[in-house]
Amino acid sequence: MLSRTAENLFWIGRYIERAETMARLLEVGARIALMPSAGHGYRSEWESLLLASGTAEGFATKYGDPVQRNIESYLFFDRDNPSSVISCIYRARENARIVRTAITSQLWDALNTTYQEITQLERRARSEMELTELTEWVMRQSAMIRGAIEATLLRNDGYHFLNIGFALERADNTARLIDVKYYVLLPSVELVGSALDNYQWQVLLRAMSAHRAFHWAYGGDITARKIAHFLILNRQCPRALITSLETALAHLDGLSREYNHSGAAQRRARALVGDIAETNVEEIFEEGLHEFLNRYIAEIGALSTLVYDSYLSGEAR
Amino acid sequence: MTTYFNEMFENDQVRAPYARLEDWMRAMPAELRQMKQAEAEALFRRIGITFAVYGEGGDPDRLIPFDMFPRVFAQNEWRRLERGIKQRARALNAFLTDVYGRGEIVRAGKIPAKLVYQNEAYERAVVGFQPPRGIYSHIVGIDLVRTGPDQFYVLEDNCRTPSGVSYMLENREIMMRMFPQLFRENRIEPVDGYAELLRRTLASVAPAKCDRDPTIAILTPGHFNSAYYEHSFLADLMGVELVEGADLFVEGGFVWMRTTRGPQKVDVIYRRIDDSFLDPLCFRPDSMLGVPGLMDVYRSGGVTIASAPGAGVADDKAIYTFVPEMVRFYLGEEPILENVPTWQCAKPDELKYVLEHLPELVVKEVHGSGGYGMLVGPKSTKAQIEAFRAKIEDDPDNYIAQPTLALSTTPTFVEEGIAPRHVDLRPYCLVGEQIELVPGGLTRVALTEGSLVVNSSQGGGVKDTWVLAE
Repeated sequence: MLSRTAENLFWIGRYIERAETMARLLEVGARIALMPSAGHGYRSEWESLLLASGTAEGFATKYGDPVQRNIESYLFFDRDNPSSVISCIYRARENARIVRTAITSQLWDALNTTYQEITQLERRARSEMELTELTEWVMRQSAMIRGAIEATLLRNDGYHFLNIGFALERADNTARLIDVKYYVLLPSVELVGSALDNYQWQVLLRAMSAHRAFHWAYGGDITARKIAHFLILNRQCPRALITSLETALAHLDGLSREYNHSGAAQRRARALVGDIAETNVEEIFEEGLHEFLNRYIAEIGALSTLVYDSYLSGEAR
Repeated sequence: MTTYFNEMFENDQVRAPYARLEDWMRAMPAELRQMKQAEAEALFRRIGITFAVYGEGGDPDRLIPFDMFPRVFAQNEWRRLERGIKQRARALNAFLTDVYGRGEIVRAGKIPAKLVYQNEAYERAVVGFQPPRGIYSHIVGIDLVRTGPDQFYVLEDNCRTPSGVSYMLENREIMMRMFPQLFRENRIEPVDGYAELLRRTLASVAPAKCDRDPTIAILTPGHFNSAYYEHSFLADLMGVELVEGADLFVEGGFVWMRTTRGPQKVDVIYRRIDDSFLDPLCFRPDSMLGVPGLMDVYRSGGVTIASAPGAGVADDKAIYTFVPEMVRFYLGEEPILENVPTWQCAKPDELKYVLEHLPELVVKEVHGSGGYGMLVGPKSTKAQIEAFRAKIEDDPDNYIAQPTLALSTTPTFVEEGIAPRHVDLRPYCLVGEQIELVPGGLTRVALTEGSLVVNSSQGGGVKDTWVLAE
C-alpha cells in the first residue's frame, strides 16, 4: 500500500473521532451552562472548553467575548476553525475521496452523505436548531461510519491504519476530556468533592455516553476515583484510555503480522499498554491526575509520530 | 439553410442500426423517462463520477449531463472507422519516431522544419532516445465528427493524455443497469475490456531494464485535478497504484514508490500530467507535481513513461494538416479518415479565398485553444466579421480557416421530449505490442438546441455509444 494512502486512511479515522469529540465537548459545555455556577457565571466554563479544544485563541480573534451561540457556531460550523465539526467532516471526506478505491462504496457513502448533510445543516438558520439535535446527529453519523467500516471493509493493512487513527485519537481525546474536567473546569481545590464537582463529573460521564454504564459498573456515589478508574483503567468502557491503547496495539500487531515485521511503533505501544495495565487508581492520584494525563497525552503523541515514521512518511526501508 | 445528417432518421425512414430503438423510444412515457433520468443521476453521484471544479464557488462536484438515448453504429460503419483510427495512430507514432530521430519527413520536404523543430511541444530532452518498441503515444484519442452516412472528419488528434474514457465505461454500466432489455434485444459489442487492454498495452512497453512482471502506476497531479475521478477509476480497474509526484523518488537509476513496506520499484508510469511538470530537474524547476531525476532514469531505460515526453508535437494544430501526408509517407497507404479541409492564411492564394468567404468559415488562431480568438462566420455579425478581417490581414501567418461543418445529430431526450442534437465522437486507440481499439468511444452531445459546441463547459453532455455486432 502507498504510504500516502495509509496516511489518508489514518486521518479519516482521526478526523471522524475528532468530530465526535468536538460534539461531545459542546454537549458538556451546554449542560454545564444550564447549571447555576458558584459565582463565576457561565462564561468561565465556556472559556475552559475553548481552552480544552485548543481553539481559544482562534475564537478570541474572531469573536472576542465567549458568547454561547458564537462558541457553538465556532466549534460546529466554522470552516475557519480547523477543529470544528464541519472542518473535521470535510477533511475526513476529502481524505476518503483521495483514496476512494481503497474503501468500500458503503463507507464512501456514509462519509459522503455525512458531508452532504452537514452542508445542508450549514445553510439552515441557527435559531431553528437545538444544539442537542446537532450533537446527536454527529454521534449518529459517526456510528454509521464505524458500522460501515466494521461491516464491509477488508481486514487488510488499510483497515488497520484506519483503526489505529481512530484508537489514537480516541485515547488522546479521552485523556483531554478528563483533564478538562479535573484541571480546567474546577476553579479551586476547595471545591473538590462539592456539589459542583459532582455535577461536573456526571456531565463528563454523560458526554462520554457512559452515564448509565458507570452506574451499572460501580453503583453508589459518584467519586473522582471511581470515574478515573472507569475512564482510564476499566476495559469494559469503550472510551477508556486503556481500551483505546489496547485497540491501537491490536491493530499495530495486525500490521506486523501482515508485513512479517514488527518495529519501534509496536514496541512503544506494547510498553505503554503494559504500563497502564500495571497501574492503579492510587498510583494515578499519587502522581496527580493532571500529571498522569499529560504524561499519557505526550506518550500518545510520541506513538503517533512512530506510526508516521514507520509507515506513513514513505521513509520506511 | 443547412441540412444536418440525422443518424437515426433519413427521409422519415429509421436507419438500420437504430431499428430496434424506435419502439423503445415511442413506448417511453414522460414520467418513466424522468424517473430513469433521476435514477441515472443518482447513480452517477453515488458512484462518485463527478468532475471536480474548485475555485468557482458552488458545488465542486459537478455531474456531466448524461443523455440516455444511445448513439449507434453498425458493424460495417465501425469497421471503417476502426481501420482509419488505427492507421492514423500508426502514422502519428511513426512521425514521432522520425522527428526525434533522423527527421526523414522534413528532409523529404513534406513538412516544414520550422513547424516541427521550433514547435513548443517539441522536446529537445528526448532527441535521439528511442522509447520501448518505438512507441511515443500509447493512448491516442481521435476526435471525429460526421456529416453524412459515409462522411467522417478528424477534428483533432490527442496524443498526450486524452481524457474521458471513464465516461465511456460508466455510461455503458449505467445503461446496462437501467435498460437491461435493450441489451438483450440489440447485440452490442462490449467495451468493458478497455482497462485490461490498457494494462496489457502498458505492460508490453516495459523498459529494457525490467526483467520481471512490470509494476505499473498512474501518475496524477492530485485530487484537486478535474479528472481525478478518472485517474482513480482506471487505477482501480487495472489494479495498479495511483501515485502523485511526492510518492515517487529516484535512486540507483530506478524510480521507486513509497509504500508502507518500504520502496517498491516502478517500471511503467502512465502519467496524466503535462511534460513540463514531469521532472523539475529537466523541465519547469518550480514543478511540485513531478519527480526529480525522472527523465534521467527514462533516458537510461529504467522506466517507461506513457505517453512519452515529446509526444505532443504530433497533435499540434499546425502539424494536424500534415497527418494525411504522414500516412502516405510512412505507411505508403491512402488515408482512410479525412481531415477537415483547412486553408492556411500564410499562403497568399488561400488567404485570398478565406477573406472572400469569411461569413461561411470558421477562422482559428494557430496556437489558440478552447474557442478563444476564433471567428464563427455564420454566427457573427457584419461588424464582427469586418473586425476579424482586419486582424487576419494584419498577421495572416497566425490564422487558419475551416468550413463550418454540418455536424450530424442523434435523437436526444430534452425537456419537450425527443429532439435531434449535434454530436461528436472520441474513440481511444491503444498502441503497444499490438494496436487495439475497443468498439465504442465517448459521444459528446450539444444539449442546447442548434448548438454545435459539445464541450462540457458549455452545456455539453455525454451518451452511451454502441457498436452493433454482426
